Amino acid sequence: MEYISNFFVNLGNSWTSLLSSFLPTWAVTLVNYLVVAILLVLMPVIATLTLTVMERKVIARIQNRVGPNRVGPWGIFQAIPDAIKLLTKEDIVPQNADKPVFNIAPLVIFIGAALLWTVIPFGRGVIGQDLNIGVLYLVAIGSISTISVIMAGWSSNNKFALIGAFRIVAQLLSYEIPMVLAMGAVVLLVGTMKMGEIVELQAIPFALVLPVAFVTYILAAAAETGRAPFDLVEADSEIVAGYFVEYSGLKFGWFYIAEYGNLLAVSAIATTLFLGGWRGPLAGIVPALGPLYFIAKSVLIVFLLMWIRGTWPRFRIDQMLGLAWKVLVPLGLFNFLWIAAMIKLPVHILLQWALVLVGNVAAAVVALTLMGRAAKRYAAQRGVAVA
Amino acid sequence: MEQIFFVLLSVLILGAALMVVTTRNLLHSALWLIAAFFGIAGIFILLHAEFLAVVQVLIYIGAISILIIFAIMLTRRIMDPQQPRFNSQWGLAGGFAALLFVGLAAVVTRVAWPVATGVPPADAIQQLGADFVGVYAVPFEVASVLLVTAMIGAIIIARERE
Amino acid sequence: MQSQYLFVAIFFLIALAVPIIGLTLAWAIRPKKPNSAKAATYECGMETIGDTWVQFKAQYYLYALVFVVFDVEVAFIFPWAVAYHKLGLFALVEMVIFVAILLGGLLYAWRKGALEWR
Repeated sequence: MEYISNFFVNLGNSWTSLLSSFLPTWAVTLVNYLVVAILLVLMPVIATLTLTVMERKVIARIQNRVGPNRVGPWGIFQAIPDAIKLLTKEDIVPQNADKPVFNIAPLVIFIGAALLWTVIPFGRGVIGQDLNIGVLYLVAIGSISTISVIMAGWSSNNKFALIGAFRIVAQLLSYEIPMVLAMGAVVLLVGTMKMGEIVELQAIPFALVLPVAFVTYILAAAAETGRAPFDLVEADSEIVAGYFVEYSGLKFGWFYIAEYGNLLAVSAIATTLFLGGWRGPLAGIVPALGPLYFIAKSVLIVFLLMWIRGTWPRFRIDQMLGLAWKVLVPLGLFNFLWIAAMIKLPVHILLQWALVLVGNVAAAVVALTLMGRAAKRYAAQRGVAVA
Repeated sequence: MEQIFFVLLSVLILGAALMVVTTRNLLHSALWLIAAFFGIAGIFILLHAEFLAVVQVLIYIGAISILIIFAIMLTRRIMDPQQPRFNSQWGLAGGFAALLFVGLAAVVTRVAWPVATGVPPADAIQQLGADFVGVYAVPFEVASVLLVTAMIGAIIIARERE
Repeated sequence: MQSQYLFVAIFFLIALAVPIIGLTLAWAIRPKKPNSAKAATYECGMETIGDTWVQFKAQYYLYALVFVVFDVEVAFIFPWAVAYHKLGLFALVEMVIFVAILLGGLLYAWRKGALEWR
């Protein structure tokens, strides 16, 4: 029984002791690290292979059409011909482009998408490394990909790429703070930054305790990964694919893989921080259920993001940035202070969490009312009738 | 083992720093600076300061580098940021730089720096947080005032153009 | 703790190696027939008009600046958040002052139009 409840950890230990019987300790560590690293590096690739098809089918269904259905049953192998196409396309580097920077940008963005997977817990003890500063590590790696956007936009020697890069960097910067504040709210609630521990401490999924933080995180994550309704900077009708317009072939492929890898990563993070990660009924007793619940919840969030993409209209860039700075940041800070105040009340922890929930809902109501009034004022200024 | 990492990181930092000041293209300078920042984050990890390493990446690479790159773009014809490497005063500047180097080297090698022994405790970050509101409460608050002052100052300067 | 970061370093190297291997593979497979039309800068199918030079608005710089300030604020908030459970009421008061000062700064930026997109 004891073996089962910490199944993966014990499995890992058995494997390690098996290796130790014929390898010195440092080699064992190295082999373990290499195996885990290779598995985790493949996550963005797996995400791309599966999620691109899922997205095309979901968006298609929302738009009342069928989506790809030729390659494999229901078109599920569509990603393979896409990958072959990207591999065999000619690599066109524009003249006057800054060659070294142009070539390094796809590498940097892929590294940014891959390194996120170090701290995501798939099950009890199934985590790359449970870093002490797990949550902050995620934020730091996320901020690396902004640099690669600038590198790509600059080195392409193309006006559209450069403008696209500036705008998307403004968007990325603006939504990073609300995202970090939402994650910080969870950290404050449990008092630790270790991702594995955060899951262990989620007897109640934090989305029920901190709905505002959850919604903020989902919106900010959608903006960070450059998806609709925040995709003004890379929508085809607006700025012709933005900062990676000059890339072709596999270099473009790595940008694409990084995008879908990031999509799955932010869904996984949302699952870990807000939905209880791998927790679920009987997860402690049947070890395989942990990762299964985790995958199911992550796919649910991915589906939610795809649903939003298919149904909501695009934001204008000034609306988008205004939303981030004027609504989400003050809301996030207020939420933060409210949680801090509630934790110090001398009552039972569940009552504290209930009060946090009440505060969240109240703040959301106030924020929406104020936004509604501002929208009416704005519409009146422009002489547009508002329902 | 630690020595090997230290040597590698030092080579990275010094090499990148050298490239920052010698390369002609301003954007390449900024990118080499980012490489140097990564090296510094690595050194922080060697010193068991993981929080500082992550904050280094987060703030220096994620925010300040972008600010630097934007500042470069504000002041130059963006597509052609070639800079002359030497100007007429390089002799005097080089002399002062060498003097500074000698002075710093003397200080670094001769002062008996207090060296911490042992490894920081596992809950170093908690203790850091506790210190923020305990021993270092005033610097903590002053930091926020400093940040806001910087923000207000920059906004005033940037807005004056309009 | 340091062995954890050794893992991160190894992970970094592998994450660096994978795209390099992929790109080398692609380089071996794909056609290479450069000609001047293909290498020209893309401008919706036309010849480029004028120099490739874009006026950089000061607005972008202001966004980055406000972001730096709030990023540093976040770096201060996280250790406090982790230590908060064991601290007294004074910790709350201090953080309220800290956040209030920064919200004041944000309000100033808002009023002065630094957050508008023009």
